[in-house]
Amino acid sequence: MNWITDYVRPKLQKLTTETKPAVADNLWQKCPSCEQMLFHRDLVDNLSVCHYCNHHLRLNAYARLKLLFDNEEFTPITLPKVPLDPLKFKDSKKYVDRLKDYRKKTGQEDAILVAHGKIGGNPAVVAAFDFSFMGGSMGLAVGAALVAAAELAIKLDFPLIAIPASGGARMQEGPFSLMQMPRSTVAVQMMREARLPYLVLLVDPTLGGVSASFAMLGDITLAESGATIGFTGARVIQQTIKEKLPAGFQTAEYLQEHGMIDRVVHRKDLRATFKKILTLLRQKSL
Amino acid sequence: MYTLDFEKQITDLETKIEELRHVSKEKGMDIVAEISVLQKKVDKLLKDVYGKLSSWDKVQVARHPERPHFLDYVKELIEDFTELTGDRLYADDQAIVGGLGRFRGQTVMIIGQEKGHDIESRMKHNFGSPKPEGYRKAVRLMALAEHYRVPLITLVDTAGAYPGIEAEERGQAVAIARATDMCLSVTVPFVATIIGEGGSGGAIALATANRVLMMEYAIYSVISPEGCASILWHDSAKKGEAAEAQKLTAQDLLKLKIIDRIVPEPLGAAHRNPKEAITNLGNALEKELKDLSNLTPKQLKAQRHQKYLDIGRV
Ligand SMILES: [Zn+2]
Repeated sequence: MNWITDYVRPKLQKLTTETKPAVADNLWQKCPSCEQMLFHRDLVDNLSVCHYCNHHLRLNAYARLKLLFDNEEFTPITLPKVPLDPLKFKDSKKYVDRLKDYRKKTGQEDAILVAHGKIGGNPAVVAAFDFSFMGGSMGLAVGAALVAAAELAIKLDFPLIAIPASGGARMQEGPFSLMQMPRSTVAVQMMREARLPYLVLLVDPTLGGVSASFAMLGDITLAESGATIGFTGARVIQQTIKEKLPAGFQTAEYLQEHGMIDRVVHRKDLRATFKKILTLLRQKSL
Repeated sequence: MYTLDFEKQITDLETKIEELRHVSKEKGMDIVAEISVLQKKVDKLLKDVYGKLSSWDKVQVARHPERPHFLDYVKELIEDFTELTGDRLYADDQAIVGGLGRFRGQTVMIIGQEKGHDIESRMKHNFGSPKPEGYRKAVRLMALAEHYRVPLITLVDTAGAYPGIEAEERGQAVAIARATDMCLSVTVPFVATIIGEGGSGGAIALATANRVLMMEYAIYSVISPEGCASILWHDSAKKGEAAEAQKLTAQDLLKLKIIDRIVPEPLGAAHRNPKEAITNLGNALEKELKDLSNLTPKQLKAQRHQKYLDIGRV
């Protein structure tokens, strides 16, 4: 695994070795879209895009960063400490226990990673969500990480790329989760005031309080092919209006058609697309 | 009058008082003393019942159909209200109403969700659930407030933004995000009040202010108790537990420092005496706007930014 470099902190190295056996046990996996069996190595070689139907499978935050940064090299930052379980929340399970389980399972503190590095030679800070950590839900930790990402970008004079992948709010943090909508919006405004590019890549899925805040405020907004993006989830809409939803509803392509995003990009073209945009913005003369 | 379950013994007693009054008038009896005793009993019951409402009870009060809504507040508090309509892009969404007016001597921009009070007006206002054009109108009016340098008052009352195909098609997420963005951009004094329901992003889009107030029996949450119960408990009947866990009452939210102030409601909540509730809010708004008038435009925006950056910071 050549991507483990000096840039990667020991903790993240540990994470990759921990998750290795799980992969080996599942050499084959079914495409969630066309249900064809996909061989793990082929899938990795194809950036987790199905060979048969072009479905873009979900990537965790770490894989996302590897995919985007040159030579898979990047420097992750330590995320700010936040109050754990501010409401002492408990449903069928205590929220603190749920958090512990996800931390163990994913090797991550919360549903986001922030790192800086180069994309096609252009420096950038990237904040990438991890859908596998409680559905990428946004609570205090995620909000604080987005603010920290903007602060880092401003300190380094780098553009910021946000990559949300989230079902929306972290319900277990109740009102604190809701307040991350304005809080993450402040982070966007900090970038704007610093006149630094704030770019967004929407990936599958981006919904609820995440899509209705920083995710839809990019200067330039790209979306990965086929990603589900919207405010209200399709199931809730269907239950409310009891009508059939149009084909392709809430896909990246649908959003582009309705004027909501700038470009739909295939995963294999992501780095080149960002390179082009970042270079254009860096080489401007005024 | 619409009666909530826990109000039933109170309204029963009130019905009895009315009957007594009627009978005594017909028969020329003097029962002033008896009625006074019963009335005291009503007040005591109200105090007892309202003194120990559960979170779920408060949800029901917040949604009470006879609770004063946006236009009731505007009618009482705003002189020369001049409604301004349309988003200049697509349509006018009456789930959000806004315009210029005079509040206690000064020109203000006031914007809020209106739920309506009967079938016809509820349909007109889409039950207070805005579509993207509603939020885009709000953005336009906030920009006007900034342009003319008039204070901004918002009254929030929505179960949530409208969940429908056309709302998604026209960019509900973008519209909400941009409204919140605008809330954080203006440099005029801005006070938001949750007067009934503050439903998630649909509320935040109008509620990201220098000062956030809540009426005593209003609620404010990231998800409805019913939604939370069905997602986290897989049982919508657990809405009581969900309401408790979500910390959605004004009292909980003040304790958590999510809001700045609770505006008291009359005994038995705003639906029993709308006028008193509305006057209380008027007084609170006047005070908050006066406090904010000491800040410069730059400070007003910075204070708003800092307020949200600080939430949950250790
Ligand atoms: Zn496939």
